[in-house]
Amino acid sequence: MKKEEEYIKDLTEIRTMMERSTKFLSLTGWSGILAGLYALIGAFISYRLFYNTHGSIISNTIDREEISQNVSGLFLVAFIVFVLAMGTSVLLSFVKSKKRGEKLWNPASRRLLLNMTIPLVTGGIFIMILFSKGFYDLLAPASLVFYGLTLINAGKFTYDEVKIVGYVEIVLGLVGLYFVGYGLLLWAIGFGLIHIFYGLYMHYKYEK
Amino acid sequence: MKIKIDGLHKAFESRIRLGIMSVLAVNDTVDFNSLKEYLDLTDGNLASHLKGLEKEDFIGIEKSFVGRKPNTKYFMTKNGKKAFDGHLKALENLIKSQK
Repeated sequence: MKKEEEYIKDLTEIRTMMERSTKFLSLTGWSGILAGLYALIGAFISYRLFYNTHGSIISNTIDREEISQNVSGLFLVAFIVFVLAMGTSVLLSFVKSKKRGEKLWNPASRRLLLNMTIPLVTGGIFIMILFSKGFYDLLAPASLVFYGLTLINAGKFTYDEVKIVGYVEIVLGLVGLYFVGYGLLLWAIGFGLIHIFYGLYMHYKYEK
Repeated sequence: MKIKIDGLHKAFESRIRLGIMSVLAVNDTVDFNSLKEYLDLTDGNLASHLKGLEKEDFIGIEKSFVGRKPNTKYFMTKNGKKAFDGHLKALENLIKSQK
């Protein structure tokens, strides 16, 4: 008979293989920290550029054209933040997966990406529609809600902590939908601070 | 079937076969190259273990072509699932009983 240690090793192997083949574990804490920093900088720029003069971009006293010009700028900032955050995350994951001796593009990462894309693209289209109808103050909270849904969906295919971040983003988004004036503040908390907290937590838990 | 007194299946004595079955237990189908990557094995080594499991009727093979490249996918048979579940239970019981 084999020894108890051997049985435990067998069970560990089973668990590792199941996890390795279904979950994408090459996400890094640093991606979260940097994404949070980009978001905070983006929120700050948006605030200085677009919010400062009117207190809120949604104000009936300014004419529609000016608003949509400002909001286009906001879109650009949000887009740059998104691209930077995604780029950083992919790059750091690439480095980590290489260290782990895995390919970045494997069945687990494919599944993660597919499951992220559906809520993310739905959210993107939803926000474009809000934008085209002039519901500018709902843009930030809606992006939080859909980002939260994306993370909850993604959480099944990577670290469980991602799901928790998703729940937090949804709550922040719903609060933002109700208390309309606080959209940018909540956006900065959700995409900035929460990402940084998450990143630090993951870094100390898994990479130390 | 070759089941030992302790309920452990002989086919799963090798940790590599156990690893293959674990991957197939949680994925509908897995191709050869992904298995190779997860288990960190050479082509020949993996192929011989796969053949062994196929002989036991624990896994099935699905052959197709991606463009001109042959693509072989593996999946767990009902028989394999039963054996794997039984083996898992036996492992757990053994660990419990030794404590």
